Amino acid sequence: MSILVVAEHDNRTLAGPTLHTLAAARQIGADIVVLVAGLDAAGVAFAVAQCTGVTKVLLADDAAYAHQLPENVAPLVANLGRDFSHVLAPATSNGKNLLPRVAALLDVDQISEIISVESADTFKRPIYAGNAIATVQSSAAVKVITVRSTGFEAVPAEGGRAPIEALGGATDAGLSAFVGEELAKSNRPELTAAKIVVSGGRGMGNGDNFSHLYSLADKLGAAVGASRAAVDAGFVPNDMQVGQTGKIVAPQLYIAVGISGAIQHLAGMKDSKVIVAINKDEEAPIFQVADYGLVGDLFEIVPKLTSTL
Amino acid sequence: MKVLVAIKRVVDYNVKVRVKADNSGVDLANVKMAMNPFCEIAVEEAVRLKEKGVASEIVVVSVGQTSAQEQLRTALALGADRAILVEAADELSSLAVAKALKAVVDKEQPQLVILGKQAIDSDNNQTGQMLAALTGYAQGTFASKVEVAGDKLNVTREIDGGLQTVALNLPAIVTTDLRLNEPRYASLPNIMKAKKKPLETVTPDALGVSLASTNKTLKVEAPAARSAGIKVKSVAELVEKLKNEAKVI
Repeated sequence: MSILVVAEHDNRTLAGPTLHTLAAARQIGADIVVLVAGLDAAGVAFAVAQCTGVTKVLLADDAAYAHQLPENVAPLVANLGRDFSHVLAPATSNGKNLLPRVAALLDVDQISEIISVESADTFKRPIYAGNAIATVQSSAAVKVITVRSTGFEAVPAEGGRAPIEALGGATDAGLSAFVGEELAKSNRPELTAAKIVVSGGRGMGNGDNFSHLYSLADKLGAAVGASRAAVDAGFVPNDMQVGQTGKIVAPQLYIAVGISGAIQHLAGMKDSKVIVAINKDEEAPIFQVADYGLVGDLFEIVPKLTSTL
Repeated sequence: MKVLVAIKRVVDYNVKVRVKADNSGVDLANVKMAMNPFCEIAVEEAVRLKEKGVASEIVVVSVGQTSAQEQLRTALALGADRAILVEAADELSSLAVAKALKAVVDKEQPQLVILGKQAIDSDNNQTGQMLAALTGYAQGTFASKVEVAGDKLNVTREIDGGLQTVALNLPAIVTTDLRLNEPRYASLPNIMKAKKKPLETVTPDALGVSLASTNKTLKVEAPAARSAGIKVKSVAELVEKLKNEAKVI
């Protein structure tokens, strides 16, 4: 079993989900090669080489890979992947963008967002917004898989000493070009990695009222999330959305404020260890999954909670 | 330009599905079915491109059972010009669907193919990317804005940290995110008119496509149930429980 893991990074730092993907890889086999494709990403390759369990790091450093456009990176991964039994990537927006293109180039089906490894060819993954768990077996020569971070504990980012090998021969497919990006700025922990998440829904009323949640989150060292209703109403940017179509989180503590608890939202947070719901509607479905529920006006409760902590 | 839109018939998004007692799958007998919400957004985007004079013809295609004709008629009522059903068994893998769509793309030669980013049943998020690989076209996935600029397509994509814009050569593949647009409703006159629009049925064999899959579902189970906890009376009680009982703060 030799496994190729595609690292997630921004050319400067290695992204957390890669460590969870390495954990999944270690459950499959011991020979783990990590590909870092980017531009001026030697620092990332160095960081990957320190991670526990990594056998070798391949560094493909070229302008063609600067923004990890799948038109350029997928042929690279597919060509390398032919020699491996498994190709894994985190189920991040990058991983989801890239890996199906790789799978099709290899003419195999992909398995998306696995949450557990049953054996080297059998995996579990949620379907129907997490309302069913499918056990899927792959007979593909190369098993192409994306890994849901919340299903696996991260491997330590230290303890390894893998050699780094530079790859040459990059080509730009010339099909696509990066134009620009707008990244949301925040000092709070990253949503998918946070130990505590405070989320607001339609009940917040408007974007300004999210300041109540920011104060609470800062007190707890938490990240702030949102339901689709809050995003669609323009209260907060879409990268804060938790749910089937947004981010999947599984923190120690998830505090849902003014969120009814639709199926699509639950899909993104119901694996949280402890769920707290604050809602004025006693019948809200969120109370069916909440460990602790508090019925009442969030505009009274949240500030009080912040001051009590 | 000609625009091809792929749609899927799935269980309605409001339905709470149940796993079959024999763990062979999800019980879809007598369950309300509908067009996948992301596919509705794809149809709407194509119709808007036509209204702007960018798209000249909208062909909508589905790969699946005969019953998917219902969803194709819905798409026609929303503004698509004609429909193609690639008739096949249900539970196709994303790669099989991508291969069938590739054959339709070869035949129809659209400049733009729009798909939803994922189907809410299989939650795969694969088909658009796979179709892009098979056709060799550029891909603009998770699109929240699509603009035709000369012979390029500017796509604003939703990524983990925010938004990213890419310029794609045409022909291209785009998959829709929820915020791309707000789909319209089909009016009764349009539903009546849609009945007269052409709907062609083809078989995978006629397209020369094999729908074999390298994936096999061994079983489907209900997730571990999460039971309701307790309701606390006050903020003080909540904090006390979180500190001493749950020990999470």
